[in-house]
Amino acid sequence: MTEPLLCLDKVSLSYGDIDVLHDISLDVMPGEFVSILGPSGAGKSTIFKLLTGAANADSGEIRFAGKPLLPTDRPFAFMPQRDALMPWRRIIDNTMLGLEVQGMPRKEARKRVAPLFEEFGLGGFEQHYPQALSGGMRQRAALLRTVVQEKPVLLLDEPFGALDALTRNQMQIWLEAMWLRHRWTIILITHDVREAVMLSDRIHLLSPRPARVEQTIAVPLPRARFSHSTARAEAATIETSILDFLLSPQINDQEGHLP
Amino acid sequence: MRGPMLRTHAFRALPALVAASCMLFAWEIYCRSSGISETTLPAPSQVLLQAWLNRDALWANTVPTLRATLLGFSLSLVLAFLLSMAIDFSTLMRRALFPIFIASQTLPLVAIAPLVVLWFGFGLLPKILLVALVTFFPMLVALAEGYAATENEVEDLLVSMGASRWKRFLLARLPSALPYFFAGLRISITYAVVAAIFAEYAGAAKGLGIYMLNAKNNFRPDLVLAAVLVSSLLTLLLFSATWAVQRLAAPWIDSGAGRRP
Repeated sequence: MTEPLLCLDKVSLSYGDIDVLHDISLDVMPGEFVSILGPSGAGKSTIFKLLTGAANADSGEIRFAGKPLLPTDRPFAFMPQRDALMPWRRIIDNTMLGLEVQGMPRKEARKRVAPLFEEFGLGGFEQHYPQALSGGMRQRAALLRTVVQEKPVLLLDEPFGALDALTRNQMQIWLEAMWLRHRWTIILITHDVREAVMLSDRIHLLSPRPARVEQTIAVPLPRARFSHSTARAEAATIETSILDFLLSPQINDQEGHLP
Repeated sequence: MRGPMLRTHAFRALPALVAASCMLFAWEIYCRSSGISETTLPAPSQVLLQAWLNRDALWANTVPTLRATLLGFSLSLVLAFLLSMAIDFSTLMRRALFPIFIASQTLPLVAIAPLVVLWFGFGLLPKILLVALVTFFPMLVALAEGYAATENEVEDLLVSMGASRWKRFLLARLPSALPYFFAGLRISITYAVVAAIFAEYAGAAKGLGIYMLNAKNNFRPDLVLAAVLVSSLLTLLLFSATWAVQRLAAPWIDSGAGRRP
């Protein structure tokens, strides 16, 4: 069996009196699509903050490729909630932001991102400002900005949460197709059970705050799932069992005991 | 596209033009029918005529005022940017300086202007300082609030990319503040000409302020109003220039959002 690419080992974090993460342990294999699924406010985004260096764990260890993660390591490309496109930058300049921050000259950075526009369904929109784009296109631009940094792991924080249901579905189908072609290692944060089941190889289920990993669920369904009728049918079964689990009294009891 | 757009703008300006014309017309009728003395209230036609006849003197006095306004405003811009950065980068600086800035805005100009002239003489310097004193604050506040209005997501994104505090300022906070800055700039610029004139009023060799003072002392309210007309036009001109600058420096503020002045 291969080594996990990323491993969180009993990581805890609290802000003042509030325990946000409690002994979080999870791992991610290379090339794997993993979801972190949990209720709103459970501290899902905080896990990403630990990884991107915006917060520090109180205890526990984060290992990347077998070695403890140092603050100077940045093996992650992060896509925040909503798209965080800068309204003052044209789409091409938004997508090259990560390269520019890394110190690449603007001209070279533009040359690097330009050929990817067609694949991301953004051809012809390079010189537009984000305000002129639809919600789905903005998310694709944000994802382009993420992958072009060529980091080993993509962190997607509820990327489709703000989209309407139909566009969200289209984006999920598109993301699966892109992943099948590129086999990025992806960690997806979501509170949408169906999204997690349709896209992930494995799902780490979080409890309400203080968050623990309640369960890790493998989703061994064939790809591409959206166009695969048996996959869709089985996904519905898994979705139901996860929902049952999330709505079960033992989980909700814990919530009742919160201060 | 250009023709219809111009027509739309003209159409929008129409009510304002009609209202202003009505007021001027009423003023003119009153002066002609009431027999009020020209040295008390001159008619608009008289003001315009005298403005035209005295155009050389008016122009000669407009130039120093415009110079003081522009130099003072430039100083104010530089100060606003530097100080806003100081308080954005350092909480200590914010705590130390912000109360002083607020206090500076409580000074009554009537009292302070003659003192500044007393300290710095009748030359250009006191005018520049007074214009800067009056105009830097709205821009400073606008910039400070603009920096603070930067989206958290954008900052988190830059942190995840490994951007330093300085890079985050340049790439996110400064551009985020631009719409706020232009709003502050437009407030400031309407004070600038008035501040320059006030400084001249307190003591100057040349300028619209001293021209107004002399005209008043010579019982020529028509010339006072002619100078007022020039100073208003000057302010309007500078105000319009801010839109042009915004369109050049930050074309994205208008684009797509559909906001119009």
